[in-house]
Amino acid sequence: MNVLEFTLLVALGSLLAGLLGSLTGLGGGVVLVPLLTIFFKVDLRYAIGASLVSVIATSSGAAAAYVKEGFSNIRIGMFLEIATTLGALLGAYLTAKVPSSAIAIIFGSVLLYSAYISRRTRPRTEKADPPDSLATKLRMNGSFPTTTGIRDYNVYRVPAGFGLMFGAGTLSGLLGIGSGAVKVLAMDQAMKIPFKVSTTTSNFMIGVTAAASAGVYLSRGYIDPGLAMPVMLGVLVGSLIGTRILVKAETKWLRLVFSIVIILLALQMIYKGIAGRI
Amino acid sequence: MASSQPWNDQRVEEIIGNLLRAGVLLSAFVVLFGGIIYLARHGDSPANYRVFQGEPSELKSVTGILHYAFALRGRGIIQLGLLLLIATPVARVAFSIFGFAAEKDRMYVVFTIIVLAILLYSLFGPSIML
Repeated sequence: MNVLEFTLLVALGSLLAGLLGSLTGLGGGVVLVPLLTIFFKVDLRYAIGASLVSVIATSSGAAAAYVKEGFSNIRIGMFLEIATTLGALLGAYLTAKVPSSAIAIIFGSVLLYSAYISRRTRPRTEKADPPDSLATKLRMNGSFPTTTGIRDYNVYRVPAGFGLMFGAGTLSGLLGIGSGAVKVLAMDQAMKIPFKVSTTTSNFMIGVTAAASAGVYLSRGYIDPGLAMPVMLGVLVGSLIGTRILVKAETKWLRLVFSIVIILLALQMIYKGIAGRI
Repeated sequence: MASSQPWNDQRVEEIIGNLLRAGVLLSAFVVLFGGIIYLARHGDSPANYRVFQGEPSELKSVTGILHYAFALRGRGIIQLGLLLLIATPVARVAFSIFGFAAEKDRMYVVFTIIVLAILLYSLFGPSIML
């Protein structure tokens, strides 16, 4: 395969990953690394570098649309960014120390977890607990527009959320993914932030977190221009098409299909890691 | 936050959101331009990403990439585009400092400066230390 054929095939695969990722809300990054390593036989470090770059592109590209809706809470995002960027530095540092086989196994496990969390329905008991004093001091409590008017919300368990965010940042730096699933877990489950607020705030945080590890990746030589070019452009175009047709598309079966694809890729990554063939 | 206030979160965020989109589009065009040059020159060489070799030093640092890109080397221009892309979230954080300052929110000005410092350390720290 010559460079031109390779570039076109990788661009096509990345376009599909970006399209499915944006249609299902799971993000294209999660399938990129398995796609590149398993099907295109790319070294894990180059794959992680290219994936991370595409994560920044989709996060920054979608920010304008999310902001207009008025859901994201920039104070929560900025405060938690301290944890995710520090975690991302640690994760990017660890990629050089942890063997590829272990990274593949961790990657597979995170994929399985992402697929699980996307299938789960969340029963939510809305209790009006008294506001948390730390969250109040940090001015995190906010409001967002709903069809029935402005809804106020309170934020809880800030230290637990901060700790989980450090973990999310570490995984992001280690695996070159946005780790949106862990970010939403921290905000939605631990801090009791409404789902729409946590998903849009998570999108904002993903780009900043990825930028923190991108600097380290770049200086280590993990970001190869020849590979990152088709991946970044493909994912960007795919996710832009995805947001355009999102309103019309029936996403229920798509989510199911994509979840199955993710589970298969996860098992493949774990198998390759255990067999030491990555 | 009163909506009559000229600088509120929503307004600052909308401006920043549009800047981010412009940054991503600009970087995509630079990457595409570099990609066309790269493919025109090296399209028929064999593709090999199976073995990790690391990038040459001129593609690993900000100054090296600038030199390479201005010599109109395809890979250097792509890398410059990727550098612009990495810079968009960094710029977003930097602009947020002004947003919080305009709202006279000192605590969040400090938090945002911490995040910016971590990001700048990641981009320039390793090369400063070497």
